[in-house]
Amino acid sequence: MVECNKFDIDGAFAVQLGKCGDYPLKATGIDTLQMNITRRCNLTCKHCHVNAGPDRAEKMSQEILSRCIKAAEHPSIQTIDITGGAPEIHPDIEMLINEMEALGKRILVRSNLVILLEPGYRHLMGLFADKKVELIGSLPDYRSQRSDRQRGNGVHARIMEAMKELNHIGYGVDGTGLILNLMHNPAGAYLPACQFALESEYRRVLHQEQNLFFNELFCLVNCPVGRYLEYLKNSGNFHDYMQTLNKAFNSKTTGFVMCRKTVSVGWDGRLFDCDFNQVENITVNSGSPAHISDFEFDLLSKREIEVRNHCFACTAGAGSSCCGTLIAD
Amino acid sequence: MNQPYYEPSDLEDFPNIGEYAPAAGEKFFDYYNAATSAGKLTEREKSLIALAVATVRHCPYCIDAFTNKCLSLGVDNDEMMEAVHVGAAMVAGDTLAHATQMRKIIKKKEM
Ligand code: SF4
Ligand code: SF4
Repeated sequence: MVECNKFDIDGAFAVQLGKCGDYPLKATGIDTLQMNITRRCNLTCKHCHVNAGPDRAEKMSQEILSRCIKAAEHPSIQTIDITGGAPEIHPDIEMLINEMEALGKRILVRSNLVILLEPGYRHLMGLFADKKVELIGSLPDYRSQRSDRQRGNGVHARIMEAMKELNHIGYGVDGTGLILNLMHNPAGAYLPACQFALESEYRRVLHQEQNLFFNELFCLVNCPVGRYLEYLKNSGNFHDYMQTLNKAFNSKTTGFVMCRKTVSVGWDGRLFDCDFNQVENITVNSGSPAHISDFEFDLLSKREIEVRNHCFACTAGAGSSCCGTLIAD
Repeated sequence: MNQPYYEPSDLEDFPNIGEYAPAAGEKFFDYYNAATSAGKLTEREKSLIALAVATVRHCPYCIDAFTNKCLSLGVDNDEMMEAVHVGAAMVAGDTLAHATQMRKIIKKKEM
């Protein structure tokens, strides 16, 4: 008998949610506006779920940026999560940060860190510190071998260099109020271990061996979309990986998946439940046009989330989000 | 059709090994979880021990489970290989140590 591969059937995640009484999954407000301001990046990481790279030209126009700033005026929106590509590359990043700071928002920038060492971007370290921007730096592994396999030769060493400079101006150092969190994601077709265990290992190696500091480590389960999905398929790992995610489904995480309180804006102003749906071109289903120029806070804050099978990455084990695990291990 | 005795999907059946003896199965899992989770030794150290034992015992399920666990925990490939060498050295050592019995007999029996 040929066994049917249940991950070939759309809706396996929805069925799983149904079993625990969580379907349809609904938003419960919006406290975070995530902005994907460019697809361009100085790196071309093998796992990149948004397929970013130096050849990508898409970037948010000034018109869309202004619409986002307007939407962010809503008092419930406390956090602006700026991502890309490498968001530093966007020519208007300084303006965006200044405007969001003027609105009193908490600002996160997701950085590959090495961009901050490139000519033309180095001054951003000072701007970030000045505006108390929280940095989330990608560091897939605390050793160079695995990091470089994912991001390219020599990248790990440059991340270490950037961390050193950031530590020097107070980032990641207790008592300065300058937050440098790190993001771990597995360099292959397996899930990350518990955040606590990995954080102590990162701290041991980075601090004791390199004298580098950071605040917290976030663990991200690689989401099977974009370049990572291609890798899974090309390496023959897709089915196993989906099965592993499915086996690790934890019903306790569904109340905390990030889409429940986030709206993600694409470079072209389209609205999504999250970055992952953005890559899959699945716009929000809120009852109003899925575009920042029609930002209807009330409708969006109780919208039905567009779930697909890649959502299994958010509910595996202790759960996963762009800010680490969702529940205590 | 040829069916292998060991199939990767058998690993998924591990939680069901208490079938037909549920009380003993439950006791086993309590013990298994207590023994393999972090105590005075870290989860990382215990996973490397488990990996070495799994390879020595030639258990394909445990090799699969603990290689994945070591990867998840950020254990380096060369650290995993070192652990396997500890297992291999122990096997070689205990084989050679048992030659003591042979040597004792030879010495007793030979003129
Ligand atoms: S993962 Fe991040 S740093 Fe790497 S290519 Fe994608 S956007 Fe750039
Ligand atoms: S993948 Fe996106 S839509 Fe799905 S659960 Fe995760 S955050 Fe929500």
